Amino acid sequence: MLDVQGLRFRAAFFHSLRSFFIAQQFIEVDTPIRQPLLIPEANIQPLTSEGAYLQASPELCMKRLLALGCDRIFQLCNCFRKGERGRLHLEEFTMLEWYRTGADYEDLMADCEQLVSSLLAELGGLVGCCKGSLDGLRPGDSGQLIAMQPPWDRLSVQAAFARFSPVSLEQALATDTFDELLVEHVEPYLGVERPLFLYDYPVALGSLARRKNGFPHLVERFELYINGIELANGFSELTDVDEQRQRFAEELRLMEKWGRQPMQMPERFLEDLAKLDRAAGIALGVDRLLMLLMGRKCIGEVVSFAPDDLG
Amino acid sequence: MYTAADLRKGLKVQIDGAPYIVIDFEFSKPGKGQALYRCKMRNMISGNQLVQTYRSNDKFDKPELEERKMQYLYCQDSEYHFMDTQNFEQIVIEKEHLGDNVNYMIDNMEMEVLFFQDRPIDVSMPMFVNLLVIRADPWAKGDTSGSDSKPVTVETGYVLQVPPFVEENDKIQIDTRTGAYVTRVKE
Repeated sequence: MLDVQGLRFRAAFFHSLRSFFIAQQFIEVDTPIRQPLLIPEANIQPLTSEGAYLQASPELCMKRLLALGCDRIFQLCNCFRKGERGRLHLEEFTMLEWYRTGADYEDLMADCEQLVSSLLAELGGLVGCCKGSLDGLRPGDSGQLIAMQPPWDRLSVQAAFARFSPVSLEQALATDTFDELLVEHVEPYLGVERPLFLYDYPVALGSLARRKNGFPHLVERFELYINGIELANGFSELTDVDEQRQRFAEELRLMEKWGRQPMQMPERFLEDLAKLDRAAGIALGVDRLLMLLMGRKCIGEVVSFAPDDLG
Repeated sequence: MYTAADLRKGLKVQIDGAPYIVIDFEFSKPGKGQALYRCKMRNMISGNQLVQTYRSNDKFDKPELEERKMQYLYCQDSEYHFMDTQNFEQIVIEKEHLGDNVNYMIDNMEMEVLFFQDRPIDVSMPMFVNLLVIRADPWAKGDTSGSDSKPVTVETGYVLQVPPFVEENDKIQIDTRTGAYVTRVKE
């Protein structure tokens, strides 16, 4: 739970986020939080509400708005994921998503660098709240200074596993231990000297991402890490309708296999996807970024009410 | 039956036929990846610790644990005899399963005994017990050795450090969590 000074900082932070996108001619959109169907993702358990779902991400609606002809849109909204509760997770959390047509994942990485730099320039002077400036970010009391000046580091998933994991990426995939190895051996070392983009994921780990040219086993997806914390997931959008349908079918098959609530194929989304050409989109965990800026250890400390503060 | 989503600090689960208690727990979930539940657990019989990461579909049996109020009767060699205060059933617990608790157990003391599948695996003592000092060196006034404590033996045979003024036939209170002297008890 935030105190008054903290609430003021959170509000200033939200204001700066919006200013950044509005200054670049992005349209701020607000799509329904409660929806009849979601994008099928086997690893996300949705919360339900009177026969509908609470969104796990505004992705589905935002991409349909791209197809409608919007070329730059952003949204700051609450998202819901059942059972996610920990130092870095809340079942209800704040997401920032932005989408651009005519762009790919490299453009989004540049967006991230500029967005965070602009936040630090605007908020860095708020002494007592912000633990960083353009010179660097000190996320913990005793933690080292993280250099924030772009360009930030870039490391492929393949290279990250070669450097930090006891087994290679190929072995991790073959033994179905990618997630465990990533969390235990790789993530703690990412973004500790300066922010880092982990990029080029295996196809199976990017259900909505476009395949990389010349590397059909990879997708153009990245995650932004600062101080070992995953902050944002972005990718070049997959716009091939047939391939997207196949990838969704695979997610639906996994959901059935794991005994999850069955979900429908999002047909109207697929219809609209056919109208899209080149596009890219990204989701950023706003509360986690605020945690880093404020030097807090737990996501529940940077929201107005954590679950334990309610009731 | 529990699933990994039920895991939290203090939960007791059964793994490979043994009861474990979760002593540390961390939820993580890499982007677009699976929910992972990293647990540090202690085997409630051997005391061994185990660190393991589970996925949400992993399942656990509930261990068959039961706590019964029992009275400690007497010991013979390494066998400690207890009686259930409800149904008067008598059981024996080997000394090795009682650990440091034997230092504080006197005849007729009541305590909670934890059973796993009808086998006693642990006893929980009161936080403080009062025991009689059966051997203490007298405190020589003007002792200039400078020491502010001395060893005494209590009725269970346990030896501990106490302030110099404690004498034979005094009752003293002992903290069973640390085994340390708390105060002299007047009766």
